[in-house]
Amino acid sequence: MTDLTDKATAEERPSVAVSAAMKVLRERWGDVIELAEENRGQWRVELSSRDPLVDIVRHLKETADLQFDFLVDVTALDHYGEEPRFRAVYVLRSMKLSEDLVLKVKVPEQAESGGTWAPSLTPLFRSANWLEREVYDMFGIEFRGHPDLRRIMMPEIFEGHPLRKDFPMEGTMTDHEWAEWIIARAQRVEESEAAGGTD
Amino acid sequence: MAERRLSALHVGETQEEGGALLTRVDAIINWARKNSIWPLPLGLSCCGIEFMATAASRFDMARFGAEVARFSPKQADLMLVAGTLTYKMGEACRRLYDQMAEPKWVISMGACASSGGMFRSYPVMQGIDHLIPVDYYIPGCPPRPEMVLNALIHLQQNICAERAHRGLEITKMLTAGKTE
Repeated sequence: MTDLTDKATAEERPSVAVSAAMKVLRERWGDVIELAEENRGQWRVELSSRDPLVDIVRHLKETADLQFDFLVDVTALDHYGEEPRFRAVYVLRSMKLSEDLVLKVKVPEQAESGGTWAPSLTPLFRSANWLEREVYDMFGIEFRGHPDLRRIMMPEIFEGHPLRKDFPMEGTMTDHEWAEWIIARAQRVEESEAAGGTD
Repeated sequence: MAERRLSALHVGETQEEGGALLTRVDAIINWARKNSIWPLPLGLSCCGIEFMATAASRFDMARFGAEVARFSPKQADLMLVAGTLTYKMGEACRRLYDQMAEPKWVISMGACASSGGMFRSYPVMQGIDHLIPVDYYIPGCPPRPEMVLNALIHLQQNICAERAHRGLEITKMLTAGKTE
């Protein structure tokens, strides 16, 4: 059994990449780093502005010493009742140095605070495509620069974003409404296939 | 009921009778149908595993002529919806049902398929009967294989009571001959 509280475990592992990444981040983007905390060799960095995110990630990815070349996950948090309400979370990994780095940006809800959007990492990572669609579907955060931003899990007529804290658990449409839509859609698909088309 | 209906089958005992078989059309058709129910399992969650147990040797659905699980709706008679039906899966479920040839039956297996089960939540349909007609509901989470077999036996009894000959070509031919 690994004792997760054992600090020696973290100290034994030299987090070369992360400390180098933190050094670069502090030097070049020190003014936008709002919070940087370390937990067992893993750094979490919260940015005060959304705008430099793509530049930061590009630098982390393309710098030879760092090579954060794997986008592990894109997700989000809903701090309901606060403004800015959301956090978009990007988890990066350097395969070469076996280190993770978590970047968070604040995403406000209100249009006057800038609108519910976050920068898309699709120009850097193709894996960001579906991950960002999922966050868009679940939280309603619009990813600017995404090539194909539409729902990935819920059906396209679904209303609302279910992982928001104020979303009603049972949804907003009745089963009868869903059944009508599903049956009509199934019929359309059957007809188009019978006519030789593909759906 | 099953025995009474089947008693309509009389096989000629001697060669002089020409090995003839006397029965009613309903009885022979229903007899054939009820003993060769080919299921289309729509295993959507853990109930699917329980269905596999039902089909496997210990419970052996083959005893009821229903062992030939078909994964093409065009070859199946019984749609066995085993598990949680989400709205997104609803279209596939409905299309599979539509593609099945008549006569066709549906068993809703387990709490989720019957009522949504414990998932009173935004992606889950609260019972497949919103979407397709259901002949039998099996309670349980998941139901034991015995309950699936029980539903199958009940379904067989129900099939026996059907007016199978209606609308068939042979019925039309026979009745046409009668009136002439």
